[in-house]
Amino acid sequence: MKFTTLKALGTSAAISLMAASSVWAAECIAPANPGGGWDFTCRQIGKILYDIGQVDAPVQVTNMAGAGGGLAYSTVVAERNTDPELIVAASSATTTRLAQKAYGDATADQVRFVGAIGADPGVIVVAADSPFQSLSDMVEAIKADPSSVAFAGGSAAGGFDHMKPLQVLKAAGFDDITSVKYIGVDGGADAITQTVGGFTQAMTGDMSEIVGFIKSGEVRALAVLTEERVPGFEDIPTAKEQGFDVVAVNWRGLYVPGGISDEDFQKWADRLQAVADSAEWKQAMADNGLAPFTKVGGDFQSWIDGVVAQTEELSREIGVIQ
Amino acid sequence: MDIFANLALGFSVALSPWTLTLAVIGCFLGTIIGALPGLGPSNGVAILIPITFTLGLDATAALVLLTSVYYGAMYGGRISSILLNIPGDEPAMMTTLDGYPMAKQGRAGEALVISGVASFVGALLATIALALVAPYLARIAYKFGPAEYFALYVLAFATLGGMASRNQAKAGLAALIGLAIATIGLDNNAGFDRFTGGNLHLSDGVDFLVAIVGLFAVAEVFFFIETHGRDSAVGVKLERVVVPWAEMWSTRWTMLRSSAVGFIAGVLPGAGASLGSFLTYMMEKGIAGEKGGFGTGVAKGVAAPEAGNNAAAGGALVPMLTLGVPGSGTTAVLLAVLMTLNITPGPTLFADRPEVVWGLIASLLIANFVLLLMNVPLVRVFVKVLMVPPALLLPGVTMISFVGIYSLSGSYFDLVLMILFGVMGYAFRKMDIPTVPVILGILLGYQMENNLRHAMTLSGGEWTYLFSSPIAIGLWLFAVAGFVAPIFLRGMLRRPQVAEADKVID
Repeated sequence: MKFTTLKALGTSAAISLMAASSVWAAECIAPANPGGGWDFTCRQIGKILYDIGQVDAPVQVTNMAGAGGGLAYSTVVAERNTDPELIVAASSATTTRLAQKAYGDATADQVRFVGAIGADPGVIVVAADSPFQSLSDMVEAIKADPSSVAFAGGSAAGGFDHMKPLQVLKAAGFDDITSVKYIGVDGGADAITQTVGGFTQAMTGDMSEIVGFIKSGEVRALAVLTEERVPGFEDIPTAKEQGFDVVAVNWRGLYVPGGISDEDFQKWADRLQAVADSAEWKQAMADNGLAPFTKVGGDFQSWIDGVVAQTEELSREIGVIQ
Repeated sequence: MDIFANLALGFSVALSPWTLTLAVIGCFLGTIIGALPGLGPSNGVAILIPITFTLGLDATAALVLLTSVYYGAMYGGRISSILLNIPGDEPAMMTTLDGYPMAKQGRAGEALVISGVASFVGALLATIALALVAPYLARIAYKFGPAEYFALYVLAFATLGGMASRNQAKAGLAALIGLAIATIGLDNNAGFDRFTGGNLHLSDGVDFLVAIVGLFAVAEVFFFIETHGRDSAVGVKLERVVVPWAEMWSTRWTMLRSSAVGFIAGVLPGAGASLGSFLTYMMEKGIAGEKGGFGTGVAKGVAAPEAGNNAAAGGALVPMLTLGVPGSGTTAVLLAVLMTLNITPGPTLFADRPEVVWGLIASLLIANFVLLLMNVPLVRVFVKVLMVPPALLLPGVTMISFVGIYSLSGSYFDLVLMILFGVMGYAFRKMDIPTVPVILGILLGYQMENNLRHAMTLSGGEWTYLFSSPIAIGLWLFAVAGFVAPIFLRGMLRRPQVAEADKVID
């Protein structure tokens, strides 16, 4: 008798687990495993949407890792094209890969980019005891001997993290970029441990990935790749002020399926604007090293079109695609 | 002294009735999730995340609930390994090797008790180690570069020779098939897809959970259908649960050694608990030698992997909390939760948010005792869940597996793949080829290759880089010893009298 009750309890627990992962509420697809930037975007935006009453039920986050976001992209285009309750986390990596044709035949116009509400500034960091004191020191060392400096980053070869130092070197007039060593490890924190351990000489990544390590003094940031210094991190110089005209920020935002109505698109744009305006989001940005960067709705879509075209040109120039 | 003040702070957080309730609920759910094949700790924790937000739990409460589920799942995984020969989650894979033979001999109760106690010992020691040395231990991660990791994986595979009790060539073949499967997907170092046939679903490789559920659970269904349940694993009866004190005492050193090795495997970011249970099983098998009877149903064979994987679960929390580097799939999910709660794990977490860290450590200690209670005296409750008639149980398990796998990727493709693995598992079992090495190949192959490629990138193609540090050389020596020793040991054991004589002198 007792066991029957417990068995029923177990079964109902199992059922409620399944119910919790059903698709009744709005769903946010994070096209990567838990722990990364896209996952953060989904979980944070989803949580705030619910906390500020923009949605009635907690947003269900689905992790759909695969092909650097390509799996989620093709799934949305092929299987969920008209789902008005679906949002997908996106970032610079999404448009970089679309521009580089890394998602197979998929193109950027197959979905609608609804907005970005923050940007993670690109950074280049070294271990605290590194001989490099400025970005110029490092660039000169690479010019003298390209094999003397290896970079670690959280994206695969050819990805956004890989392109950041290449853009800097390109801006410094160094053209032999295929000789630059880069290893793509599992995420920014892993790239930092490789750099602190002395296996690589520098780490390329996003500001959010290095905050804790900067505070603890284990790494030094040589440069942040923004127009101006980032609030809260005023002592980190920009690449621009060191003479390297490179801006590379990883914006955090969402896209929605291409087949939804204009009303539904506007609904998500308004919701996203509400998140951007909320105190919770401002706090989350501050806690995670994100800089303000809000572009929502139609403006964002046209900005994205420009970025994709620009990235395509740049990728061709630095030899990532033909 | 500091540590007691910190622990006092932790217990003041963890001992509130609300937190305790959450810990008990978490342990219970976790054990069930672990026991059900297809639902492992990582998707179990992921599924529970929305619930923590719905309940409006604060950071500490959410962490207590989710880590109780994590620890609970690590305990629960062994139950279906022992009773069904289907690992409840991937770290429990090694437990099938001796756990199921024990169950077939009518010693399921002993296997459950010993593995439960081993789980407790492993998890408890790991939690204590986490509290004592986490900030210092995190530095181990800084000592491991691509060359050291590669040597570590070589060590894992070098010991594989002793894996199969009957035919080593077949075990080797299975491992190679696993490694071949691991090469499917995006080549992270060149940016090109390999062996995907243009299918985007394959470009991230084959998920080992899909492989595990297919090779074990789905294959079991096929077997069940063929034999109408006669030769099937399902249906092992659990008679009486008695505590085999003497047998348990005989495994004490196994438990302690395995806890230490498992913990270190967990601290190293990588395969985490699975590597932990594998290395500990192999180590104990090596120590016991041919006469140890590993693989035929011995107590040490269930104690080693269970102490190992539970210690690794605790160890994996070290790099997660102190570096923000997840040591396993589940800690990656926990990391995501922390970030959502605006807690950034990293070198400053212990100083910035002591109440979170020490609350977590204190509740892990409590969860451990709750889990010991649930998994030894009350183990029948969970066994009951698995002891419904096989004709009902197998379809049920299969259904839950399908749901669990679907929740991973939200795509039907993995379900098709899982069935294909089921067919493969069935065929392999017919040909007497072990399936555990296949999983290990898939599990470790990706990281092993990546680290080799990274090492070659960093050194400019210079192979001596692989032997360039004391740690790497040490690991290589162990690997060579692990590979060669069984060959010589076998030669010596052919002359048992000599071996006996040597023993007397000792």
